[in-house]
Amino acid sequence: MGLRDLTATGQIAAIRAGETSSEELVDAHLAAIGADDVDAFLAVDAEGARERAREIDAMPERPPLAGVPIGIKDALSVRDVVTTSGSRMLEGFRPVYTATCVARLEAAGAVVVGKTNMDEFAMGSSTENSAFKNTLNPWDHGRVPGGSSGGSAAAVAERQVPWSLGSDTGGSIRQPAALCGIVGMKPTYGAISRYGLIAFASSLDQVGPLARSVEDAALLLQHMVGRDPMDSTSLEWPGGIVAPTATDLSGMRVGVVEELMGEGIEPGVRAAIDAALGTVEELGGTVVPVSLPSALSGLATYYVLAPAECSANLARFDGIRYGPVAPAANLLDQYETTRGDLFGPEVKRRIMLGTFALASGYYDQYYGRAQRVRTLMGREFARAFEQVDLLASPTSPTVAFPLGDRTADPYAMYMADVCTIPVSLAGLPAISIPCGLADGLPVGLQLAGPAFSENALLGAAHALEGALAFDTRPPGLVT
Amino acid sequence: MIDDETVRHVARLARLRLSPDEEKVMREELSGILEHIDAIRAMDLDGVPPTTHVITLENVVRPDVPVPGLPREEALREAAHATDEGFGVPRMD
Repeated sequence: MGLRDLTATGQIAAIRAGETSSEELVDAHLAAIGADDVDAFLAVDAEGARERAREIDAMPERPPLAGVPIGIKDALSVRDVVTTSGSRMLEGFRPVYTATCVARLEAAGAVVVGKTNMDEFAMGSSTENSAFKNTLNPWDHGRVPGGSSGGSAAAVAERQVPWSLGSDTGGSIRQPAALCGIVGMKPTYGAISRYGLIAFASSLDQVGPLARSVEDAALLLQHMVGRDPMDSTSLEWPGGIVAPTATDLSGMRVGVVEELMGEGIEPGVRAAIDAALGTVEELGGTVVPVSLPSALSGLATYYVLAPAECSANLARFDGIRYGPVAPAANLLDQYETTRGDLFGPEVKRRIMLGTFALASGYYDQYYGRAQRVRTLMGREFARAFEQVDLLASPTSPTVAFPLGDRTADPYAMYMADVCTIPVSLAGLPAISIPCGLADGLPVGLQLAGPAFSENALLGAAHALEGALAFDTRPPGLVT
Repeated sequence: MIDDETVRHVARLARLRLSPDEEKVMREELSGILEHIDAIRAMDLDGVPPTTHVITLENVVRPDVPVPGLPREEALREAAHATDEGFGVPRMD
């Protein structure tokens, strides 16, 4: 077993045992990125990473993360490292500050090796909306890695980094994690500072970890949560995140969301989820059906709220303060030309949709109603959590789909997030863990809990992970 | 459901230049998406208040103590056109 086969926790232990160094680990992962055949990274900071690794190796006392490498979704600002959010609108942009979550991980001893590919401004479910390139699924190079954090998921599955950061607005961490056979977690809204995250839909956006083990995801989360004066929506986290150790689910009541197990869910996915629910019972848990009547209205609700928020957030991209500009004779012309030239088709579509939903005469019919459906969704989750501890569903209705399969039909692409969106609308935490294969491709099981139930969720996921014993190594991967 | 004039009006509001081809595609795609979204217009939402924020937070304030902000040269560093004092823009006519 090579260094890259170790989980991040395993790599930290190997460094502490003197079996390897941060520099050796960083070099091994940089070499894997260099030999890349899944196109997971948009920018690699080899020199910066090596320098930081040597600094950490020279420290008399190693920081908690010991100099283990990490990949960062390109939506997160890292000072002086080109950050584009997958858009030509920010081509060549070097942020003047680092996102709080990244700064916290760096302070804890993580080494940033590069920025990962993504759908432009995090809008998409396949990473095919990146303005720069497609990322391939490590399990089948003819298929998408999911999205929008597709680069972060593929890099971890391909063992180019042991873990990475993504951002999740309607499923952008959980869905690519599911399609690439790894763990991905979206914490409670407000758990992690959004300062330095290039905004898509501010009432939904959350940063979270992607990793090859639940323990690793918990460790990253542990070093990121908590209040940040730079984000007024970030929250104190009393007690912190603890390393998950549970090996059974005794006394745990797991609700299966009936609406997310029916039509539209591929039979192979449903079979893998059913098998995982059997494992829940073997581990001492109780499985009961639960109804979230509004769950299937989530998609429509999301595609009003998220575009509405994005149309406001993306107003800042006008070619004046950062990024390229399409020069014109007057200011209005410059705005329109720059935005018309540099935004990609999906971003334009969502800006148009959102502007429409907020426009005078349509506001009450669309945005106003969507906000009220959001309330219903929150009430239904609250009622469900009076009966059960956790909710289970597929993370994605399908396994990874072929590249190009859905690019011509926007709504078919949107369907990829049908299972992840309800949780996002309610601001709740959820984790996706790989639970089996369908046609040789990974299936993700989504577990969701009440706000701030991260420790319970991670514990349950840890117990299931142990019993399911899913092999995260894609076929044919040489390490 | 959405006509050409609405597409042009919304594009203007969004400061987005669309080519005639893009306008046509946008009209078709937005109409298609809105057909799905219309599901929420049929829901019974009487008496349901809107959610603007999922976690209840009120009046997040900090002590009113001045701290240094981003130095001017850093703030201007990434601009395509900057002068010593600020961002450069074309005429506003």
